[in-house]
Amino acid sequence: MENAGVLRGAPDTGSYLSESSVKSWLTTTDHKRIAILYAFSITLFFFLGGVAATIIRLELFTPNGDIVSADGYNRLFTLHGIVMVWFFLVPSIPTTFGNFLLPLMIGARDVAFPKLNLLSWYLFVIAGLLTVATLLAGGVDTGWTFYTPFSSLYSNSNVLLAAAGVFVAGFSSIATGINFIATIHMLRARGMTWMRLPLFAWAMYATSLVMVLATPVLAMSLLLISVERIFGLPIFDPRAGGDPLLFQHLFWFYSHPAVYIMILPAMGVVSEIIACEARRRVFGYQFMVYAMVAIAVLGFLVWGHHMFVSGQSPYASMVFSFLSFVIAVPSAIKVFNWTGTLYRGQIRFSAPMLYALGFLGLFTIGGLTGLFLAAIPVDVHVTDTYFVVAHFHYIMVGASVSAFFGGLHFWWPKITGRLYSEKFATLAAITMFFGFNFTFFPQFIAGYLGMPRRYYHYAPEYQIWNVMSSSGAVILAAAYLAPLAYLGWSLVRGERASANPRGATGLEWSVPSPPPTENFDRPPVVTVGPYRYHPEHETHQAPDHPAHEPQRSA
Amino acid sequence: MATPPSALHEPWREPERQHDAMVFGLWVFLASEVLFFGGILLTYAVARHADPQGFAAGARASDLFFGTLNTAVLMTSSLTMAVGERALKEGLVRWARWALIATVLLGFAFLVFKGFEYRDDFEKHLVPGLDFRFTGRAEQLFWGFYWTATVIHAIHLSVGIGAVGRLLLLDWRGEMPSHWMGAEATALYWHLVDIIWILLYPLIYLTGRP
Repeated sequence: MENAGVLRGAPDTGSYLSESSVKSWLTTTDHKRIAILYAFSITLFFFLGGVAATIIRLELFTPNGDIVSADGYNRLFTLHGIVMVWFFLVPSIPTTFGNFLLPLMIGARDVAFPKLNLLSWYLFVIAGLLTVATLLAGGVDTGWTFYTPFSSLYSNSNVLLAAAGVFVAGFSSIATGINFIATIHMLRARGMTWMRLPLFAWAMYATSLVMVLATPVLAMSLLLISVERIFGLPIFDPRAGGDPLLFQHLFWFYSHPAVYIMILPAMGVVSEIIACEARRRVFGYQFMVYAMVAIAVLGFLVWGHHMFVSGQSPYASMVFSFLSFVIAVPSAIKVFNWTGTLYRGQIRFSAPMLYALGFLGLFTIGGLTGLFLAAIPVDVHVTDTYFVVAHFHYIMVGASVSAFFGGLHFWWPKITGRLYSEKFATLAAITMFFGFNFTFFPQFIAGYLGMPRRYYHYAPEYQIWNVMSSSGAVILAAAYLAPLAYLGWSLVRGERASANPRGATGLEWSVPSPPPTENFDRPPVVTVGPYRYHPEHETHQAPDHPAHEPQRSA
Repeated sequence: MATPPSALHEPWREPERQHDAMVFGLWVFLASEVLFFGGILLTYAVARHADPQGFAAGARASDLFFGTLNTAVLMTSSLTMAVGERALKEGLVRWARWALIATVLLGFAFLVFKGFEYRDDFEKHLVPGLDFRFTGRAEQLFWGFYWTATVIHAIHLSVGIGAVGRLLLLDWRGEMPSHWMGAEATALYWHLVDIIWILLYPLIYLTGRP
């Protein structure tokens, strides 16, 4: 039993879960426990944002307003956006898998600043409470983007409270980013060179750079909105000669890079899953690394593509359009390399792999429709329609959330020490893929036909697409709820997991499941690169894994 | 310098490495701070570009005396901070103690002078929204910038005073030499706060003056 060490009076040999008092959790500086704290918090917010989405989809089932008022609808989609972006997607993978796995993957005992790590969770909780308070006080109606002059002049809702919540959440992000950057620079095990880092660690590095450099600009823009509201300063107020576009520039200078905060970690997760479940080395490892760094850097140079119809200079629009096409190149490199990794792989269609393959397809659709939107003439046509809504949900939900669930299943045995039911998990993964497409693909069509976003009362000719979308959302909701049941069950009755049930490479699989508090008995020494699923020049099959039997004809 | 084990925290095994990581982490934080202030400096640039004359008219109402006095105070505190940090690294604890006490006192002096300046600003109706003296937009924006930037700066300085105060508290408990690692990070932060002031000083007090 994993508690045997504790009983012998040697607490440092127990698993990280062996202490169970509430105080031991709330004061922990163990990166693995902080990951669990974060996991609980973001799960709550995921379902809170999900409830808002459910009401939105119910409302849109018919063209007339039935359930909520027009103002109530504004508050609903704002709540959905704020919660899902800042309280689920941005923290999701970095604060859970990042916190849990990064030190293990690079052979460290903990992150560089464990107390700062705990502080970041408390900041997150404070930010979350401010957001819940906003909700209880009646919500906000500005949209998650806080566009001026909606947010500064015309909104009578709780803008200041909501902005305070997002402001504090930003500092939690910055703290996590600083911690990860310092951890990767200073705590890699002996022999863990930069080009031997698992791609997930690289993804955390690229994400952290964006968190540290973009989030403070968001903090400042929210501060300026607050000052404008409190003191009546005409910073963004066009009537007094202020400049509302200045706000959009500041906001998107953060919020476009934030899109990469949400997708880069997903890319890292999927790289780990695909390599392991296809028993292949990652195709073009170095290009995968450079592509992620390129995405992080270029991500800072494309914010203006959110402003093609804002009246900004057409020359600026052209440059932003060109750069948006450029950033598609590293993203495409990654898609090709994942596909290349599958080539001649011994593919296991396990639940995590199904999520990863789903990611690959949905990310490709989301990315390609992103190219449509980067082209100014098309963008002008579909701006603020459901086409845009469908596009970013393919990236944020189809890709990021699928990767999150993929990672959850992939590392579940490592994190909890239990095996889940592969049958239910496979079913949930397939259901999620279909439910997602059923929900969001019709929105591309509705948007292309001209249905505007953020309308709760729409023209009746769009009803068919909305009925499809709302029906799909029911399936999607079931797929999101199912893991609560079978993963929860696995905690009680699941089979005990061995240290490496998937036969994966990577230092996190070299320690027991669940890992001991101090991670490694002695500091590991790394002598080889990642993903050694087959010899370097061997192109046929993994040596440690027998080839599949040829597929039988039915 | 010998470091007792108490100063070594998880997950570090060597004090040198822990020290490097603290300094490195602080540099990354400073990069974040630069972008934070970058947002408000951009807003300043946009507003000033839109109406240079009105902006200068607003800026002329600023108090050059207090601004210059505070610049001198803060620059001196940078000197004492640097002396204190070096002294600590060299093991000259007495020197370090006095230099850090001087740093804290100079930091407080800055805040006190700033308080006097704020009182004068209130009396001269230089608070936008509260019976403001000017009617022009540029003047409002200048004073909006003034209040926002100087209050954020003062908050940063207060945090800095707290950090130096923590070093002195450790000294009082007799643990100072073992915490020289924290001193360099504290000093870096202190200098950033000073550098931000060096940027704010000409933007606030020298704009609009020939």
